[in-house]
Parts: sequence; C-alpha cells; structure tokens
Amino acid sequence: MGAQTPNGFSLDASGKRIVVDPVTRIEGHLRVEVNVDENNVIRNAVSTGTMWRGIEVILKGRDPRDAWAFTERICGVCTGTHALTSVRAVENALKIDIPENANTIRNLMQLALQVHDHLVHFYHLHALDWVDVVSALKADPKATSVLAQSISRWPMSSPGYFKDLQTRLGNFVESGQLGPFKNGYWGHPAYKLPPEANLLAVAHYLEALDFQKEIVKIHTIYGGKNPHPNWLVGGVPCSINVDGTGAVGAINIERLNLVSSVIDRTLDFVEQVYLPDVVAIAGFYKDWLYGGGLSSKSVMSYGDIPEHANDYSDKSLLLPRGVILGGNLKEIHEIDLNAPDQIQEFVAHSWYKYPDETIGLHPYDGVTEQNYQLGANAKGSKTNIEALDESAKYSWIKSPRWKGNAVEVGPLARYIIGYAQGKAEFKDPTDKLLTDLGLPLSALFSTLGRTAARALECQWAAQKMRYFQDKLMDSIKAGNLATANVDKWQPSTWPKEARGVGFTEAPRGALGHWIRIKDAKIDNYQCVVPTTWNGSPRDPKGNIGAFEASLLDTPVADPNQPLEIIRTLHSFDPCLACSTHVMSPDGQEMAKVTVR
Amino acid sequence: MIATHSPALPKTLILGIGNILWADEGFGVRAVEAFHRRYAVPESVTVLDGGTQGLYLVQFVREADQLLVFDAIDYGLAPGTVKIVRDDEVPKFTGAKKMSLHQTGFQEVLSAADLLGSYPRRLALVGCQPLDLEDWGGPLTVPVRAALAPALEAALAILDEWGLVVTPRPAGDDGAGLLAHDIDVASFERRAGE
Repeated sequence: MGAQTPNGFSLDASGKRIVVDPVTRIEGHLRVEVNVDENNVIRNAVSTGTMWRGIEVILKGRDPRDAWAFTERICGVCTGTHALTSVRAVENALKIDIPENANTIRNLMQLALQVHDHLVHFYHLHALDWVDVVSALKADPKATSVLAQSISRWPMSSPGYFKDLQTRLGNFVESGQLGPFKNGYWGHPAYKLPPEANLLAVAHYLEALDFQKEIVKIHTIYGGKNPHPNWLVGGVPCSINVDGTGAVGAINIERLNLVSSVIDRTLDFVEQVYLPDVVAIAGFYKDWLYGGGLSSKSVMSYGDIPEHANDYSDKSLLLPRGVILGGNLKEIHEIDLNAPDQIQEFVAHSWYKYPDETIGLHPYDGVTEQNYQLGANAKGSKTNIEALDESAKYSWIKSPRWKGNAVEVGPLARYIIGYAQGKAEFKDPTDKLLTDLGLPLSALFSTLGRTAARALECQWAAQKMRYFQDKLMDSIKAGNLATANVDKWQPSTWPKEARGVGFTEAPRGALGHWIRIKDAKIDNYQCVVPTTWNGSPRDPKGNIGAFEASLLDTPVADPNQPLEIIRTLHSFDPCLACSTHVMSPDGQEMAKVTVR
Repeated sequence: MIATHSPALPKTLILGIGNILWADEGFGVRAVEAFHRRYAVPESVTVLDGGTQGLYLVQFVREADQLLVFDAIDYGLAPGTVKIVRDDEVPKFTGAKKMSLHQTGFQEVLSAADLLGSYPRRLALVGCQPLDLEDWGGPLTVPVRAALAPALEAALAILDEWGLVVTPRPAGDDGAGLLAHDIDVASFERRAGE
C-alpha cells in the first residue's frame, strides 16, 4: 500500500522488512528499518535514535559560565563545537562582546575541528563503505604506485611503499586480526573499486590516522589542552605573550609558528591526499547516485565563522546561512533563531510528552518529558523490539522543523546554499569537481555528493585556517593582544533574567543552544543538534526527515548485507550523542541484520 | 655517568575513559581524576582524562610503552567489582571476549596503534562492574563509588610492579584537579545528588 508524504516522497511498507541495529562506525546508537519491494528496492524507511536525555536536567541551576564544560562532554566527536555554541549562547544572553583576537582564535579552533572531523570521518568512518580492504590484498603494488602518481604528487607513492603496506595488511588479516577493519561486508557486489584503488585508499587510511594528531595540536595550543580544550565566556582562555618562553598556556611566537606549520601541512594533506582520493573513488561510483533524499528539496544552514567579532549577520558569516525549500535554488529564506514560529520541535512520533502534540515548541520553551510506548503494530516487546510501528511513537529523537518543513543539514546543505547564493568559493570548486567527473549538477544531490561536499569543505576550512592565522599574526603585530573581555564576568553585572541563543555549523550540520538565565543560574537549556534535524522521525503532518528520505528508492543487492544503507547513512556523519551501548561478555557489536 | 646518555625511561600512560554525564559510565574518568588528586607522578608518566574520545586517543596510546586504563567493564559480576586484565588478556581483536563498554572504540584504538606499528609493551586494565548506566546526569552509584579506592590500590600495585614510584601529594595540594569548571567529581555530584 503506497502513501505520499506532504514533502513529496512515496512510501510503501508492504514489502519485506529489513532491520539494521545498530548502525556501526558512528557515535551513538542508531537503528533503521526499511521495507524493500520484490526487486529489493527500498520503499519505506524508518530511523530511530538513542535517547537524547535533555542536557537541561544536568545544567539547570548551574553557573552559565561553566555550561560549555558540560556540553563538551555530551559526545566524543563535536566536543569543541558544543563548547563554542554554549559560550556564544551565554554571550548572546548577557550581551557580552568578545575581542577581535578571540573571534579569530575561536574560528581557528572551529575550523581545525571541522578539518579534523571531516578527514577522520572520511577515512575512518566512511571510506570503508566504498573501499574493500580485503580486495587490497590482491593489488599489484607497481600498478598502485602508477595510479597514485597519476592522481597526486603526494610523495608516499613508491611501489616499495605499497608492497610493504600490503605485506603488513596481509599479516594482519591472515592472523585473523582484522582490527579496525572488522565490521565490513568484504567482497560485497556494491564495492566497485579495482584492487589498486583499494590498496591506495587503505594506505591513506593509515596515513590519515597518523596525520590527524597534528591537526589537534591547534586545539592544544589555543585551548590549553587536548582532549577537552578550554573555552571562556567573553573570549578565549589563552593570553598572548609573543616574547614569552614556555609560560604555561600563553601564546608565544614559537607556538604561533607551530600552528602555522600545522596549517601548511594540513592543506598539503587535504589537497594531495583527501581530495584526489575522493575524486578517484567517485569516478568508479558515477552510476551510484542514490541517497539524495531531502537534499534536492529542502536544506538549511545557520552559517558560521564570523569574519568580524560579534557580527553574526549573513554578511559577516563566511559559511552560508539560509534555508532552501522545495528545490527552489532561486530563493534563500532568512533564518531567525529567536522567532517562535520558525524552529520548532515536534514529538508526535518521539518518545516524549507534550500537552498538545499537534504543535511544536520553540527551544526556549522546550520540554523533555519521557513517554516510552510502542505502537499497536509494533512487534516484540519494550525491551526487545523486533519491528517498530512508525504510525506511532518510534524514536528518542525529536522532530525539529523550520516553519513546519523538514530540512537536511550538513556540508552538502552548506554547499547547496553557497552554490545557490552564487558564492564563488563554494560554486567554483563544486562545478570543477562535477566537470572533472563528467556529471551534471543534479548528481550533487546524492550520497556521493554529500561525501564530496565534505571533502570540498575540508579544503575550504583548511584555507580559511591559513587566512585567520595570518589575520591573528597581523593583529598581534599591530599591538592588539586582548583575548578576553571580563567586564561582565561577575554575575552582579547581569540582569535578573536573560535569554539567548548560540549557533555554529558543526561538521555534521546546524547546531543551536538556547539558554534561559535566572538569578545568575541556568533556568532552561536546550540543544538542537544536527543529527536531530537529519535523523528526525516523522512529524504530525507526516513529513519524513533526511535519513529516512535518503534511503528511499535505493536498490539493495543483498538484504542480509545492507552495505548500501550503511553507506548512505554514514554519508551524513551521524552523531547520536554518545549512547551507552551495553555489551555482555560475549556481546556482538557487529550490526545485526534481521530480514522479515 | 652522564645523565643525558642514560637510556630514556619507558613512557607510561595512565588513561581514564568514559562519559561522566552517564552515571557509572564515568568510572574510568573519575578513577583517573581521583588518582591525579592523590598522587604526583614522575615525568615519564602522563595522566590523561580520555573521555569518550575513541579513535582520537590513538596517538597517546602509540606514544606509550606502558598503558594503564581505567574503564567500566561488563563481565556480569557484582556491581562495584574491580577486575584487572593484563597484556594479552586485554582482548584486541574481533571474536574475543568483550573488555569494556567502549570496546568498539577502545579495542579499535589498540588495534589501530598496532597496525601503525607501535603497541604498548605492557598493558593493564583496571575495570569496574557498573550498576547503573541509564541514569543520565546521575553520579556514580554507591558500589562503584566504593570501588574507586580499591581500583587506585590495584593501579598502584601495577605501577609498582612496573618499577614506577608515585608519591602521595602533600596536604593542601590536590593537583589542581584534572577536571575543572564544575565538572570535577565533588561539584558534579553535589548537584546531581540534590
């Protein structure tokens, strides 16, 4: 039986049901259920997320100046992004301006996180959806070297290098130790790369794992430590003392030079390894353009990376801001994060309770009250769900909507908006990539497009790191050393009640924190995170979210090995806020796939 | 003997992993925090709050010759039971007995370090059986809180065996705390217990 959603997708749940639980290689716990037709094409999709318990429970009554330290612990991936969003929310509420240097350093921190996250996501969480590790053992090292040198001038490309690596990998696999490569459907027909491309990608998997430690040195220097760098309401916690030698925490010339060198090496790695790999891999998957889902219809970005301190206008934000609806690239809607009728969260299909579930609540007025119940057509029990009933409540994720519309967020959304705005720094690299691959613009709205946009954005972010590091150096040379504004540090300077919103573009999409402060303590705190937008269940009107939409119409070669589903979900870089997935001594963490 | 010519001391990493926002999930971080509060370590030892950093911890593991990890484990034991796992017992690979709640993460960290060609020479896990992992925002449960002291003792014994001397901090010096900004154990639990 087919049905049409208000946002333009056809659903048919009459075919065989496939359950993937959990989707591995992501942060947190995600489960998806799909129905396939007689040709194993996905005709219905249901995504359900781990519990989002409401950070307000923990933050209520605490000092707003410490909120960042808690939000940094929500998850292991976007630590700094949550912290930045939090200090911006408090500054917005208390009308605190930060010095120009603080804005520049925060941008460097955020861009470094963006680059690091994109690089690690591609090689360590996503590449193995395109790359068959076991096939790499069959590669000819000489031919791999020829391939490597044909796509990049990256020096690690000799036949001997690939031969050694292959031997090491072979020993690893032979001893039964697949290690980081254990959760894979090796030999699956949806893998399209020749063995040499697979070997090249595995080599870069390891090189990226080694190289990523360099990028986080920027966090250690500007954030004082890593993991869990420090942040500060009113600025940044590091002081600048150019001539200082070894003083703990202070930014001296030696540290500035180290950051500069890390940025140069990062740009080299992104431009000579990551980007050429994505282009080369994409070349073998040009006929696999599934997974676009909502991206060709409705996308949203809050924008980020303010050029000027305290200026969060569209003009100042270097990452694009706006909403596109219904695929109309000619109209960019403006976002107001304070408007009660714009961003709203619905719970009609979420395991929470509202007084009236036909309406949505703005985050300032958000409530998070549990209501765990399965629908009448669900199979199994509350502690062991066999199949969900998507006509009832079915996820711990709420359904955020912009003026009632489901939207996709993330790098692809940002690039589509930047493209539609005609901004050359987003449009030109996109056009070049499409031309190089011989693909039309429509190909961008796909799983492949999402993965490619992330790579382009990684390069963009690395270039902007260079820009802001130079800007910081110029500022210091001109004698500007201020990194924090402490005028309103004391709660005695605050109003009795205040509210504010902070936003960023996290690597995986639009992130907002809304705070209410009363008597110098946190009264309410709501985070609406990117994966809430992308992974949301249906809303009261029946609009489906980005994950669900992206899976529709994709053919699955083998329902018992749903590589295609995993590939598309991973392309969003999902992050479900650190769920605890309890394992028994003989627990099995490989995704369990059930076909009914 | 000239000091600069003496062989470098083996590098030791004392690592706590887990999520402090999630009741007993925070055991590893709280244990390393308590360790840091009580003991000063030689320069060759790094004490690290690893949180839920997963694969990002690989560079710290690679640099370590000796690795001591605090973490919540689920061996189906009585809540608060401290269990020590050593070297080859610490399962690295697929099909092995599960080691910790972060195992997918941390197990991958270990094998990634191995694949990159630098694996700690000695490895010990000081684990604790959790009671409650579902209490979002909650403190450590009573039995797991009580396990912190024996866990530290076990760690001291392992470090002693590795030939490392740690010294109790003098009164008044709490090492400035590994965790600050209201997420140290006392501030966190004062609120959570209210």
